[in-house]
Amino acid sequence: MSETTTTTTKLFAQGGETAFPKIVLPEIPNLDKIEVYESRGGYVPLKKALAMPPDAVTEEVKKSNLRGRGGAAFPTGLKWTFMPKSREVPLAGSQTAGQTEKPKYLAVNADESEPGSFKDRQILEYNPHQLIEGILIASYAMGVKTAYIYIRGEYVKWTRLLQKAIDEAYAHGYIGENILGSNFSTNIYVHRGAGAYICGEESALMESIEGKRGYPRVKPPFPAQNGLWGNPTTINNVETITNVPAILSNGGEWFAKIGAPKHPGTLLFGVSGHVNKPGVYELPSGTLLTDIIYNYAGGVPGNKKIKMIIPGGSSMPPLRGDQLDGVRMDAESLKIVGSAIGTGGIIVIDEDTDLIKVLLRITKFYWHESCGQCTPCREGTGWMRKILQRMYEGAGKPEDLDLLVRVANNIEGNTVCALGDAAAWPVKFTIQRFRKELEEEILLQAKNAA
Amino acid sequence: MFTEENLRKVEELKKRYLKPQAALLQVLWIAQEQFGWISEEVMRYVADLLGLPFNQVLGVVTFYTMYNREPVGKYHVQVCANVSCMLLGSDNIVEHLERKLGVKIGETTPDKMFTLSEVECLGSCGTAPMMQVNDDYYENLTSEKIDRLLEEFKKQANQ
Repeated sequence: MSETTTTTTKLFAQGGETAFPKIVLPEIPNLDKIEVYESRGGYVPLKKALAMPPDAVTEEVKKSNLRGRGGAAFPTGLKWTFMPKSREVPLAGSQTAGQTEKPKYLAVNADESEPGSFKDRQILEYNPHQLIEGILIASYAMGVKTAYIYIRGEYVKWTRLLQKAIDEAYAHGYIGENILGSNFSTNIYVHRGAGAYICGEESALMESIEGKRGYPRVKPPFPAQNGLWGNPTTINNVETITNVPAILSNGGEWFAKIGAPKHPGTLLFGVSGHVNKPGVYELPSGTLLTDIIYNYAGGVPGNKKIKMIIPGGSSMPPLRGDQLDGVRMDAESLKIVGSAIGTGGIIVIDEDTDLIKVLLRITKFYWHESCGQCTPCREGTGWMRKILQRMYEGAGKPEDLDLLVRVANNIEGNTVCALGDAAAWPVKFTIQRFRKELEEEILLQAKNAA
Repeated sequence: MFTEENLRKVEELKKRYLKPQAALLQVLWIAQEQFGWISEEVMRYVADLLGLPFNQVLGVVTFYTMYNREPVGKYHVQVCANVSCMLLGSDNIVEHLERKLGVKIGETTPDKMFTLSEVECLGSCGTAPMMQVNDDYYENLTSEKIDRLLEEFKKQANQ
């Protein structure tokens, strides 16, 4: 990044023939300051949106094919259309005067706690105003008057940075009453969690905003009908919302052409584990996994071989290191190879790593974070942990792998929320894809223990 | 029990939600800041303040791991032990801290200076291994870096 590019770079740059755009993490210094953000074209898309009918804003997002960046890759524009339409403001004296419409809410998920994911905090730190602008545009499109940002309790520094940015935006008239002279008013509040992975699940997140234990709700009803305090609510991830101002600026069609056609845009790939240059890389969706690991993240220390890769955060099915050629990082491509994009958190595990230890560590996490509401998950995660602990201590048998699969299968699909699946998949698919290695490890551990 | 300023904060927070009881998590944060931990007495006080049954407050305090249900040391050292940190040696970090502080995971030093905990993923996988001490993250840890930090904390505490 040279001086000249940083002093002239505008936000929402379209990218050129060879360069791809950096949509959510543009390389502009001090972008967290509102003056800098404004000087590079920030809050212009908001003005543009406020001059459009709300439905036209949603239509633009639909056209972009933006899909959620929080794990499920659900189409964002479609999600917004699930919210009931706002009625026209009733005129005084009309039949509907005095009738109040149900309040609508937007909850932005900044609970980032999936092991291997550390992308949203980059946005909170380096580009908080684009997130705020995205929230304002989304709120306008859906008729939302109160938005909450649910941030994990441990992110104290990022809560402060975010609150500072929100205060600045209030002071500049972007948040509050009659925003930029329009009829549109909304408030944005930061809601701090207190250490519970499950609150990243959208219905648990709403329970937590309501001041309760984070127990996921049974769906249906879905949040768009019955969300916060029984009112229509949409939950979107931080990265998802941060894309919105760029879509308004350059148009949905522009966005739809970036990266993988069925899952367009750029993605924030957080690369961790055994790589030389771990970090968050913003790249077009559909980038080759090997390109990310070897060209961007600098390859594996000591040029070791990769044994296993978890492509989208710890709940996603792992891939074998010897089957990475041609694998592309987008929702559809990963589905084909039997995994999922999740949060784009790539964990690289080298050939010298003990897979039982990895699996035990991952399973311990889900056991610890299970809310305890559903028996299969509450008990099953504990059983899997015990079996893996036994293997790790050298008291396991190769047949225990079948027992693990049986327990995992009895959790998967039998719980209120997706945490059950998230706990079952790593176990089930690691055994399916690394059976030989695991059997060897079990026998070796047993031999060492004896 | 709350200071005047904290009571004002509580009133502000209640306005942010359709039902003021929703401010519970945030009010508990204020309580933890003022008292250092959440005792039963504090829970009863917060319940009265928000018009909630004591059981709901107890339920919330026991559900979320960041509310301290007993006093912690002046410095709460929380080491991430999840998968990305584990791959880069968080086991050694924990061992080193246990040796240096002379306590095991979950314990507090006799001088009440340090509490050592192991925690789940803190969203710092690209800068592993790491730990959180009170509000702050310390990343890319090595034994030497930990030694330096512990010295700094001790110096700070004595000032």
